[in-house]
Amino acid sequence: MGHNAPHIDNPKGAMDALKKALGKNCLNAGLANDEIALTVKPEAIVQVMTVLRDAHEYQQLVEIAGVDYPERALRFEIVYHLLSLTKNHRIRVKISTDEDTPVPTVTDVWPVADWLEREVFDLYGVLFDGHPDLRRILTDYGFKGHPFRKDFPLTGYVEMRYSEEAKRVVYEPVKLAQDFRSFDFMSPWEGADYILPGDEKADEKADEKADEKADEKASDEKTPDAPKAEENPKKASAKKATAKKPVKKPAKKASAHKGAKK
Amino acid sequence: MNELPEMIASKSEDTVGDIEIQNYTLNFGPQHPAAHGVLRMVMELDGEIVERIDPHVGLLHRGTEKLIEYKTYLQALPYFDRLDYCSPLGMEHSYVLAIEKLLDLDVPKRAQYLRVMFAELTRICNHMLNIGAHVMDVGAMSPNLWVFELREDCLNFFERASGARMHSAYYRPGGVHQDVPLKLLTDISEWCETRLPKLFGDAMSLVIDNRIFKQRNVDIATVSKEDAIAWGFSGPMIRAAGVAWDIRKSQPYDVYADMDFEIPVGTKGDCYDRFMVRVEEVYQSAKIIQQCIRDIPEGPIASDDRKIVPPKRAEMKSSMESLIHHFKLYTEGFHVPAGEVYVATESPKGEFGVYLVSDGSNKPYRCKIRPTAFSHLQAMDFMSRGHMLSDATAILGAMDIVFGECDR
Repeated sequence: MGHNAPHIDNPKGAMDALKKALGKNCLNAGLANDEIALTVKPEAIVQVMTVLRDAHEYQQLVEIAGVDYPERALRFEIVYHLLSLTKNHRIRVKISTDEDTPVPTVTDVWPVADWLEREVFDLYGVLFDGHPDLRRILTDYGFKGHPFRKDFPLTGYVEMRYSEEAKRVVYEPVKLAQDFRSFDFMSPWEGADYILPGDEKADEKADEKADEKADEKASDEKTPDAPKAEENPKKASAKKATAKKPVKKPAKKASAHKGAKK
Repeated sequence: MNELPEMIASKSEDTVGDIEIQNYTLNFGPQHPAAHGVLRMVMELDGEIVERIDPHVGLLHRGTEKLIEYKTYLQALPYFDRLDYCSPLGMEHSYVLAIEKLLDLDVPKRAQYLRVMFAELTRICNHMLNIGAHVMDVGAMSPNLWVFELREDCLNFFERASGARMHSAYYRPGGVHQDVPLKLLTDISEWCETRLPKLFGDAMSLVIDNRIFKQRNVDIATVSKEDAIAWGFSGPMIRAAGVAWDIRKSQPYDVYADMDFEIPVGTKGDCYDRFMVRVEEVYQSAKIIQQCIRDIPEGPIASDDRKIVPPKRAEMKSSMESLIHHFKLYTEGFHVPAGEVYVATESPKGEFGVYLVSDGSNKPYRCKIRPTAFSHLQAMDFMSRGHMLSDATAILGAMDIVFGECDR
């Protein structure tokens, strides 16, 4: 017995029953950290939610979370958390989409989805088809961009101040007295993969060969899953070479966190 | 003089009742004492009757979730105090449990008891603010001043345990930050026995049977069980609607499984029920605190896993390894295995959840915070329809909304 987080019983066969009930609409089902997660077809989300609510007693939609994985073809994951008050059980339903493809709204299944979807739209720019009132919700009136995307800078693009001359609040491009400091504390002894200036040239030849392999791997990567730490450094460097910009990879090293776990 | 203007002339045959009165729109907030923070509500009114409410939230949006993605797990902890600043420890609780679930980390019993005790003290602290504010919103002044005395006592207890009155950052992954002295425990116990029931009982005796208070709250904004479930209500809001749902009971965390307490439920789901559920919860919380103080064992207050919990200051003076651990934890921080969890606890306002996605590094890949206020405030529209403008403050007061948490 490890953690003391809220205890939820997973009845035997619960996952298989759900998987069976959803049939073809269910792309993937997994149990991790004692929590059931189902990946479903985005176009069937309304149907899936209706089945889960009516036939499987998941009465409450607790939360809709957006997650951005820029390296995936379908970069946004929309995660619905459902709660069953009668079965005392929680599940997670996930769908994936990109910037342009709208996903069906579930506001007809749960009225609470209204604001939750507005929030995902506001922060990630995911479009919800059929939503009655898809406005921004958390950001400022007239805000541009979708701030929680991984490629949106933490500091944003504009800052505001009260202008004594104009007698109102004015927006200006953000100017920082000091650069934003993002320290990389990953230990180089535990397998952190630093690209030192000039190092990329040495790898170029190796990368050309690796590129072919990476293309094959790319199809595997599309399967939406929890972000995994990359399995081996070779593959990691191959991926970095194919990426247009060396965006700081969120997943660093498998070996690094293994060290921390003991 | 002989000629009336055309407009008046044409209407001259109408009597008073025939004249069409247009609805008008009223801005409630963003700076309004009854808005409990920065809430702007665009209200469409027909005379004094509310036809439609469109709450505009986000005026306090600080991008907490985005900031957390750039901080190590430990650095992100104080952000949680600043979400619901009326019940800071309740917010921390969900977050540390989420990290511990990903790490599969056990916490010593004493730390669990301390956490539960302070979580309940936070509940009392939160309800003191809400009950007081609600009563004041509907017109009574003195009970608010009385219960603020009690809130002040709670804040003093937090200060004695953590050094900070409000933003304690007391819960840590693996336990709590520091042990408490015995005198603090005896003082809390004595306070629960004497001062709390006396002062709170006195204040409530002015309110709960008060005719005016009842007129302002009974049968205002009734919510059926079905609506409460469909709108994702939680905490006192769903319990007032008659659903006996409490995460402390149904999905116990820390030592709640060993605690003996009752879940108050409402019968009608109106503002008065919501208020009374909170009043009763204060007494139940005091009961839990007493049990914690009675049963709390001696022992360590944090896990001894030195890869996650820093060593004691004294150890660092003599042990090289401790020094290294300390340095590593406060620079690099600990790494959390890749995976994702959703952990929800019963915060004073309802279900406060943290959806944590880890990629195996020392910073969260995504930390989605599930605020209690989002689902409750969203229901403001259908709850206030057909009620008077003055009822809006009572409805809002009974919802218990804090914008630090709603807007994040």
